[in-house]
Amino acid sequence: MKSDVLTTPTTTVSCRQLSAERGGVEVLHGVDLNVTAGSWVSLVGPNGSGKTTLLHVLAGLVPATGHLQVADVAPGRAGRRDMARAVALMPQRPVVPEGVTVRELIHLGRTPHIPRFGSETAHDREVVNRVVERLELEAFAPRLATELSGGELQRVVLARALAQQPRVLLLDEPTSALDIGHQQQVLELVDSMRTEGDLTVIAAMHDLTSAAQYGERLVLLDRGHVVADGAPDDVLTADRIAQVYGARVEILDRPAGRAVLPLRDSTKDC
Amino acid sequence: MISLSRGHTRALPPGGARVLPRNVLVLTGAVLALFAAMLVGILVGPAGLTPGGVLLDIADRLPLVDVDSGLSTRQQAILWNIRMPRVVLGVLVGAMLAIAGAAYQGVFRNPLADPYLLGVSSGAGLGATLAIVVGGAAGFAGVPIAAFAGGLLAVGATYSLGRTVGGSRSEVVIILAGVAVAAFANAIQTFFMQLHDDTLRQVYSWMLGRLSTDGWSDVVVVLPYVVVTVAIIALHRRTLDVMAVGDVEAASLGINPARVRLLLVCVATLGTAAVVSASGLIGFVGIVVPHAVRLLVGPGHRLLLPLSLLVGASFLVLADVLARTVMSPAELPIGVVTAAIGAPFFLVVLRRSRGVR
Repeated sequence: MKSDVLTTPTTTVSCRQLSAERGGVEVLHGVDLNVTAGSWVSLVGPNGSGKTTLLHVLAGLVPATGHLQVADVAPGRAGRRDMARAVALMPQRPVVPEGVTVRELIHLGRTPHIPRFGSETAHDREVVNRVVERLELEAFAPRLATELSGGELQRVVLARALAQQPRVLLLDEPTSALDIGHQQQVLELVDSMRTEGDLTVIAAMHDLTSAAQYGERLVLLDRGHVVADGAPDDVLTADRIAQVYGARVEILDRPAGRAVLPLRDSTKDC
Repeated sequence: MISLSRGHTRALPPGGARVLPRNVLVLTGAVLALFAAMLVGILVGPAGLTPGGVLLDIADRLPLVDVDSGLSTRQQAILWNIRMPRVVLGVLVGAMLAIAGAAYQGVFRNPLADPYLLGVSSGAGLGATLAIVVGGAAGFAGVPIAAFAGGLLAVGATYSLGRTVGGSRSEVVIILAGVAVAAFANAIQTFFMQLHDDTLRQVYSWMLGRLSTDGWSDVVVVLPYVVVTVAIIALHRRTLDVMAVGDVEAASLGINPARVRLLLVCVATLGTAAVVSASGLIGFVGIVVPHAVRLLVGPGHRLLLPLSLLVGASFLVLADVLARTVMSPAELPIGVVTAAIGAPFFLVVLRRSRGVR
């Protein structure tokens, strides 16, 4: 890392000793996390390890104790509108209201920029038009959102998040409902938006291989604790995956990145 | 900040330019339909008023206009003290019930929500009955407030019952809870009516729903509640669109769903209670009208709210005309007419909403 002051990376997200509970049960215990502006951090961990809760805490949707600063605003203390201008969340299974067109759904992303009782301005429509063009959604814009396939819908919800013009984009298992082709498409799209727009991406991901491919850094959560944090090659080891996930895997190092291959129990085959 | 620009600065989307005139057209049509319905409401009745005479007499009342309508003094009295206040009350009640229905449906994300089915009307009815019976037919000012308290209590009970029994949000369970709350409120109401059988008939005829004929007093009582309620709901038109994506996503888009829900439920209940205390339990307007409007123009509240208001007003004025004429000279309670039209419609909505799941 360069020591030059001008290129010193700035921190967009900083958490210290962050704890949060859901339904009276503490599900995050003293999480420390710092994220550099413009980087991609992948959150990995088994089901119920607290990935979604951490994302919701970062978005200001779930209260937490400890120090927390996201894109110069403090979730919990800042108003919802200020939060939504700084941070956008792409949910795992987006709610698709009936009778709403794709363009109308994307327009909802402008909500934090529109006065509480006001209406959209020409500028809001302009921002939406640019997002629609950039994500090549022109043909879908007049269609009903309920008619879209899973991959199309994820692109639309990404468009809505980008229409918020956030500095931090939170993805909650954005590709879990998609086939491999659409997974790749959506992740590439997010990555190109990140590099073009100086966007910080924090993504909870199930697929360890793509988490390592896209994330410059991996944060491994287990039962609400950060158990590993670092470069993908350091975090993803067969031992650690066995310990945290209870899974037997083989780690393959390829030019394209580190791949995690699940192994079958060979004793059962004989 | 993301700059997505690649130098493309196309003009407005075709949608933006095309949709507006159509909206204006639809709204104008609804306003004209309301005027037509009001004219029918004024004209239909035993005392033969002519359309020309009525229009001229209305024009005569305008400032700076002086025309001779040719109506006799007696006809003028019927027009201004009987027909007109009744039609105007119908407009207020219909508009209020329809827009309250749209607001409840929006905040509960439930196509079946309606002041009547959520128990709001019955709760308000109980409150009003207690005010009339126990308070000895107290002055009008106390009745809407008692009705509001009853309505708020009822919708609170319905919502918390529906949530605890049906999990996070179960469309049908909340309506079942509403039915239970309504039945309970009705039972207590009946009990108090039996205790005070001197007011039994009065309360009973009010319960079935009717638009009064005793001059402008009801209109004056109800009007401020309706104006305030409608204004607050209308201010939330865009927020209601955002609520459609559910609490988590709505919150991530910068609104506070719980606060919006609380405010709009209170406001819609206040307006409903005010009209219930004047006109009794008139069911199904809040479900029939917003649904018909949605089929026509889609779910966007910018158009849904004003159209529901106008169509609800026309619907109730015409339902009142039916109530007055079907068994003339006797009068059918207007609640019977709206239920006869609304209940089958409700079943259609129920079928559709089940089909989606």
